[in-house]
Amino acid sequence: MAQQDNSPPDCDLAAIVARHGGDSHNLVQILRCVQERCGTLPARAIDELARRLGLPRVRVEAAASFYHFFHAESHGAYEVLFCDNIIDEFHGRAELMQYFCERLWLEVGKVSEDGLVYVNTTSDIGLADQAPAALINGYLVPSLDKARIDLIAEMVRQRRPLAQWPSLLFDVADNVRQPGPLLADGYTPGEALHAALALGPEGVLEELARADLRGRGGAGFRTALKWSSCRRAPGGAHYVVCNADEGEPGTFKDRVLLQRHADLVFDGMTLCAHVIGARQGFLYLRGEYRHLLEHLEAVLARRRAQGLLGRGIMGRAGFDFDIAIHLGAGAYICGEESALIESLEGKPGKPRNRPPYPNTEGYRGQPTVVNNVETFACAARIALLGGEWFVGLGTGQSTGTKLLSVSGDCKRPGIYEYPFGVPVRQVLHDCGAADAQAVQVGGPSGTLVSWREFDRRIAFEDVPGAGAFMVFSRERDMFEVARNFSHFFARESCGFCTPCRVGTSLLRQTMDKLAAGKGSAYDMDIMKQLMHILKTMSHCGLGHTAANPIVEAMADFPEAFERRLKALDFEPAFDLDGALQTARLITGRDDAWAHIVAAAECDDRGACALPPSSDSP
Amino acid sequence: MAPPKLRLATCSLAGCFGCHMSFLDMDEKLFELVERVEFDRSPFTDIKHCGPCDVGLVEGGVCNAENVHVLQEFRRNCRVLVAVGACAITGGIPALRNNVDLWDCFQEVYHYGVGVERGQIPNDPELPLPFDKVHPIYEVVRIDYFLPGCPPPAEAFFRLLSDLAAGRRPELPAGAIRYD
Repeated sequence: MAQQDNSPPDCDLAAIVARHGGDSHNLVQILRCVQERCGTLPARAIDELARRLGLPRVRVEAAASFYHFFHAESHGAYEVLFCDNIIDEFHGRAELMQYFCERLWLEVGKVSEDGLVYVNTTSDIGLADQAPAALINGYLVPSLDKARIDLIAEMVRQRRPLAQWPSLLFDVADNVRQPGPLLADGYTPGEALHAALALGPEGVLEELARADLRGRGGAGFRTALKWSSCRRAPGGAHYVVCNADEGEPGTFKDRVLLQRHADLVFDGMTLCAHVIGARQGFLYLRGEYRHLLEHLEAVLARRRAQGLLGRGIMGRAGFDFDIAIHLGAGAYICGEESALIESLEGKPGKPRNRPPYPNTEGYRGQPTVVNNVETFACAARIALLGGEWFVGLGTGQSTGTKLLSVSGDCKRPGIYEYPFGVPVRQVLHDCGAADAQAVQVGGPSGTLVSWREFDRRIAFEDVPGAGAFMVFSRERDMFEVARNFSHFFARESCGFCTPCRVGTSLLRQTMDKLAAGKGSAYDMDIMKQLMHILKTMSHCGLGHTAANPIVEAMADFPEAFERRLKALDFEPAFDLDGALQTARLITGRDDAWAHIVAAAECDDRGACALPPSSDSP
Repeated sequence: MAPPKLRLATCSLAGCFGCHMSFLDMDEKLFELVERVEFDRSPFTDIKHCGPCDVGLVEGGVCNAENVHVLQEFRRNCRVLVAVGACAITGGIPALRNNVDLWDCFQEVYHYGVGVERGQIPNDPELPLPFDKVHPIYEVVRIDYFLPGCPPPAEAFFRLLSDLAAGRRPELPAGAIRYD
């Protein structure tokens, strides 16, 4: 069943393209469907898609090669991707993956000889509270241990279809540890929408402004401003987009919100549509959350039946709005709103120049509101309970509550809802992290809070972020944390601009050089310079923040770096003499000129004595 | 009395000498330059070994043991060492071989290449021994400045050397930073 690639008829391209209206804007969704159906995106399928969609071949190829989850070669019947976020790493990812490989005689990054199974790593998959975890054929498998790996290996060996695997393997826990007003139970679908219709668009905007709601994706832009400027912006159509591309390592609150409170989120989107005059909305769901798709589609279908979506919502003539789900395909950068819109339009997710911002020129060049899942949920609560209620929670600059995704070295990882302004120390106490030395708040692009600063507060005016809260105990090596993040950014850079594409790779290389014990103080300076270049020259936020975790770790935990330095000044990046070994074997040479003297004999700038026969060549 | 001249050494490692040709492209400005600069080891002088210098310009990446020896000689003698051009900075075109196994390279060149008969792999110590991979020079010695381009335009060389001769920190105007 693995070898059916290069046979487009099996992939049923005509039907898939027809199902997506033959519209090239749906290219990413079409590619997803093709791959889900036939396992790969073979060259002939790309050809045929280009022809059917009337696109240049390179346009199709560009999208097909951009996303991590698309591939031209077969990955066999089972694709097993282990999450390599630092939390998973500290919980034994490497060992488990090796164990799995040994069980099935696999090599990482290669399809097994019988074409059955493929193993590799992937960036964070939104399960940091249930690490180590993996993605098998696109579905989340949490809380891996040897027993579960044994079970998975057995299923693979028996060639059982995924549908027949024990469902306990795929049981993702919500782990809501501390609910607050946002996560409160007992919400009736349409409640907030009903309240919003009573308030009217201006009334909703007033309540949002009174609440001083700020975006929950991390940047904290004021929601009332965004919505009102989008409402005013001229355009043939307006769009509502919910950003559920929750890719920041350590974050998983949107997964839980969509699992448990989808109606709240959809109500928020629908009342936004009411405010800005949109008829179409999109939920951009990250590919890693594929398992939520059927649930969410069912909620949408029920809402249509209840008159909460579709034509004449809640009996209002002219209030027409519907929501489509767009499934991502593995690209952290698509969490950036303009990259997300590019992806929605069927293109590689590369950030656009801003301005113009999406609220005036977004999806298909039309005014578009893009907000985080949690923001829409907050907006729904505010419509229902009023801005006055909301502003009573939190701090001066940060009103309301915030969902924190707590993971790492603590007894009770999961979702915690706090009013903004909660001290880091309080969260650590509540989640049972007695021995923390640092917390990475807001993921790799966020802030490293060391034990000296545990009185800092989670709020836009102090430590902002989308709510990732990764705890590291005193046993953890903070250098490895920074190195893991450098690999993350190098993998996830979209490659559009040189400072980021090259800069993130250089950072990764330099961190690896230090890890190999070949570092020098010079390398530390180079990384600081790179940070400056990335910060000032990159095209988007990914590059701007990519060096932060390294530089912050260097400042807070210098000893973790210094004990890896071999020289104070300069150290070559590779073993000079060792790199000649292959050629020595090939030629059979062992003369003085076939060697390079050890670095110990070199001066402090890396200049070394010549071999004895220095005149010869 | 005129200020002492800047003493300059240049060399090409795994490069094509294109950067040196671009250097010469400064044409009549060479007259201006020689007022301020004198050459030590360089293909222009044919001096074989480098003495103490103010500035060393290194073209090309590091592909074999001899490259390392030359580079280390430059580092030992030059106050300021500059990586010149794409190959010195990134490995460039020669680094394309990094995707080919060294065994395969030797086999192709000395055994199975077109026109090779009764080939054998040479083991003469006079032949520089190649590394597994081609490396940018900053991976081997500390580099002070990088002059980008393939090749860097003549103007960039002129600006770099005038700034260094005048004791200024080199700054390139936007037009002189070119990547192709």
